[in-house]
Amino acid sequence: MSVIQVNNISKHFGSLKAVDGLSFEVQAGQVFGFLGQNGSGKSTTIRMLLSLIHPTSGSIEIFGDSIASNRNKVLEEIGAIIERPDLYPYLSAKEHLQLFAKLRSKKITPSSIEDTLVKVGLNDRAKDKVHTFSLGMKQRLGIGIALLHNPSLIILDEPTNGLDPQGISDIRNLIQHLAKEEGKTILVSSHILSEIEQMASHILILHKGKKLADGAIQTLLDPNKMIVHLSTTNDEQAIQVILASSFSNYLLKRPAGIYLSIPHFEIPLLNQFLIQAGVGLINVESRNSLEDYFLQLTSNTN
Amino acid sequence: MKSIISFELYKIFRRPRTYIAFGAIAALILVIQFGLKVDGQSYAAFLMKDINDTLTVDGNVLNGYLICYILLQLLLVHVPLLVALIAADMISGEANLGTLRLLFSTPFTRTQWVLGKFIAASIYTIVLLIWLALLALFLSMWVFGTDDLFLMKSNYVVLIEQNDVLWRYVGAFVFASFSLLTVTSLGFLMSSIANNSIGPIVGTMSAIVFFTILSTLNIPLFSMIKPYLFTTHMNNWKEFFDIQVNDNNEAIKGSILNVAKIKTSLIVLSTHIVLFVGTAVYITRKKDILS
Amino acid sequence: MMKKLFAIFALLIYSFSSLAQVDPLIEKVSKKLALVNDYVGEGVMKTDVSFIKASLGKVKVYFKKPNLLKVKKDGGISLLPKGGVSLTINTLLNTKQYSTIAAGTQVLNGKTLTVLKLIPTDENLDWVIATLWIDPVEALVYKTATTTKENGSYEITMQYGAYANYGLASKIIFSFNTKDYKLPNGITLEFGDEDAAAKQKALKNKKGTVEITFNNYVINKGVSNSMF
Repeated sequence: MSVIQVNNISKHFGSLKAVDGLSFEVQAGQVFGFLGQNGSGKSTTIRMLLSLIHPTSGSIEIFGDSIASNRNKVLEEIGAIIERPDLYPYLSAKEHLQLFAKLRSKKITPSSIEDTLVKVGLNDRAKDKVHTFSLGMKQRLGIGIALLHNPSLIILDEPTNGLDPQGISDIRNLIQHLAKEEGKTILVSSHILSEIEQMASHILILHKGKKLADGAIQTLLDPNKMIVHLSTTNDEQAIQVILASSFSNYLLKRPAGIYLSIPHFEIPLLNQFLIQAGVGLINVESRNSLEDYFLQLTSNTN
Repeated sequence: MKSIISFELYKIFRRPRTYIAFGAIAALILVIQFGLKVDGQSYAAFLMKDINDTLTVDGNVLNGYLICYILLQLLLVHVPLLVALIAADMISGEANLGTLRLLFSTPFTRTQWVLGKFIAASIYTIVLLIWLALLALFLSMWVFGTDDLFLMKSNYVVLIEQNDVLWRYVGAFVFASFSLLTVTSLGFLMSSIANNSIGPIVGTMSAIVFFTILSTLNIPLFSMIKPYLFTTHMNNWKEFFDIQVNDNNEAIKGSILNVAKIKTSLIVLSTHIVLFVGTAVYITRKKDILS
Repeated sequence: MMKKLFAIFALLIYSFSSLAQVDPLIEKVSKKLALVNDYVGEGVMKTDVSFIKASLGKVKVYFKKPNLLKVKKDGGISLLPKGGVSLTINTLLNTKQYSTIAAGTQVLNGKTLTVLKLIPTDENLDWVIATLWIDPVEALVYKTATTTKENGSYEITMQYGAYANYGLASKIIFSFNTKDYKLPNGITLEFGDEDAAAKQKALKNKKGTVEITFNNYVINKGVSNSMF
C-alpha cells in the first residue's frame, strides 16, 4: 500500500521551477532515500509533503488521503524534522517534549517522554536549556520530537547533520530499527550518499527539480555495470585515445580523473586496448556504489 | 485550539523577554508614585493654581483615584509599545527562530495556529493590563488613600464622588483592553508578513506613532480620516470620567457625558481588531513557509 | 438768617435721628444672633461654577461664637469660595468692631430692606467694607456684599424658614467672580479636541455660586474646638 503518493507536483517561485512534474510513491515499511544536490528541490518537496508549501500544480496523497483536504488527519501520523533543528533556546529538552506532547491527540505519558529521551540519547541532559546544546544534541532532540507521538511516517531531512561518527551510527541504527522492528515508513533526505546507501532500501534522485531516477537501490545499481577509475601517466593522452575508440560512450564527464561506466566483462578488453595504444596505465579501480551512480546520472544530465 | 493556546502561553511566560514589560510598568508606576508621594503637593498646587485663586478646595485631592488617572494618562500612551514587543514577535519570531515550520507541520490548520497565537497574545495583554491596574489603582489607593476624584481637564474640572469612581475604572480598563488588543492585532498582522521580529516591532511602533500624530494634529486635511484611525479612539477610556450635568449645572451621579462616543470607539477598535487578525490569517494561510 | 439756621439745625436733628435708628437695627439683629452660641447645620451644598462639574453633596456647617466657622462635606472634596464662607453674618457682626453708615432702602424679592454699610474699625480684620440688606421688621439679614482684603468681593444671599427666630438661614447662596480656568494640553494629555477653543470660550468670565440648603440645625448643643 502506498503511504505517500505524489502525482506530478510542481512548484514555481516566479520564473524558477524548484520542482517540475515530480511523481513518486513510497510504500509502507520502506526506508526511502531522497537524494539531490543543494538546490535540487528536496527540501521544497518535503515541505510540500508537510503542507508548508503549496504546490503550484499536482497532488499529494498520504495514507490515501489528500494532504490538501485532510491535512490535520494526515499530519497526526507524521513526525518530521526539517533541515536544521531549530528549537526554543530558553526551554530544556524535556520541556520541549512536554510542550509538543500537548499538540498531539494521542496521549503521551511522562514515561513515553522519558523513553524518547533515552532513545535519542538525551536523558542525561533532559533538564538543560537548549541554548547550551551542541548542533548534534539539537539534532537528536529534533528527532525525539518527531518520534514522540509514535507516528507511522517519519520524514527526516538531513538527520545526521552535525553528528559525530558515533551519533551518525546511532541514528542509522535507530532508523533501521524503526523500519524493521516497528514497521515505520521513513523518508530520509541527505546529501551524504554513503549514509543513504547504508540506510535506505529505495531512493529517488532529484536534479534541478526533476526526477532522475527512482527505485530500489539494488535495481538501480546495475550489477553488470561498474564504475572504472583509471590512473595513467598521461591522462590527456589516455582520454584522446578512449574518445577515438569504441569505448568513448562509456566515458564519464568528471572535473578530474578518468571515469568510465562500463559493463564489467569489457573491463579486461579496455585494459588491453589502452596498453596496446601506448597509454601508461598505473591503476585500474572498479566499483559499483550509489555515489558513483549519482554522479553518473547528474553529470550525464549536465 | 485549547492545546495551541496552552502551548503558546507556556512559551510566552517562560521567555525572559516577556517580563520586560511587567518590569517596565512596575518601575514607571513606582517611580511616579514615589515622586508624587514625596512632592505631590507642589504638583497639585500647580494643577490647581487657577482654581485656588477663586476657591478653597478641601479634602484629599491627591488621592489614589487621581494618582491612578494620572498614571493611566501617561502609561496608556506607552504600554502599546511594550505590547508590540510580544505581539509583533508571535509569528515572525518563530519564523526567525526556525520553529514555525515545526509548528505548521503539526495536525492543526494555520488558521487555528494564528487564532490560537492571537488569543494567547491577547491573554498576555490582558494580564499586563491587570498588572497595571493592580499597581496603578489598588496600590495607589493603598498609598494615597481615597476620596472624591477631582479631575482637572484642560478646560474644566470634574468632581466625581468616591462611591461613583470604581465602576468607572472597571469600564476604563475594559476599554483600555480593547485599545491594547488593537495594538496586539496590528503587531500580529505585521508579524505575519515578515520573517524576523525587528521589522514588525519597529513597524508596529512606527504605525502607532504615525497615526497618533495624525489623530492629534488639528489640521483640516486630516479631519476626514481621523474618525477611522484606531489611534483617535484609543484614549477614549477618559470618557468614563466625564459626567452629565442637568439644567442647574448639577453633576448627575452615575452618568457618562458621551456614551455614544465610547460605543463608537469600541466599534471602531473591534473592527480594526477583526480586520488585522483576519488579514493575518489570510496572509499566513496563503504564504509558503520557507523559513 | 434764622431760616437758614433752622434748616441746618433740622438737618442735623434728622441725621442724628437716623443714626439713632440704624444702630438699634444692627443691635436687633445681633440680639437675635446672640441667641446662638453654637450650631451644627446639616444641609446640601451645590457648587455652580461654569468650569466645574460637581454633584450635590451633603455638608455640615459648624459655628461657634464669636467667629469660628467650618463647612465640612460629609465625606469627599468640597469647593468653597475662597475666604468668603468664613465671613457670614454671625462672624461679621460678632466682631463688634465696625461703624455703620445708612445707605437707604432697597426692594429685593418684594421686600423693602434697609441698606447699611459696615466699615471695620480694626485694621486687622479681613474685610474692607460690607453692605447689609436687613429687614427692619424681622431683624433678618437677607443679603451681604463684602469686599475682602485678599480674596476679592462676594455676595451672600439668605433665605429664611423654620429657624428664622435664631437668625439662621434655610438657604445661603455665596456668589463670586471666577477666574478663567485653563490647563495646558501637555499637562492633561488631551490632544486632538477640535472643539477645545469653542469650549474654552463658553466657559470664560463667569460668576460662580455655592448654595447651601439647610434641612436641620442643632443649636446650642456644644461644638468642640477640634471641629475647626
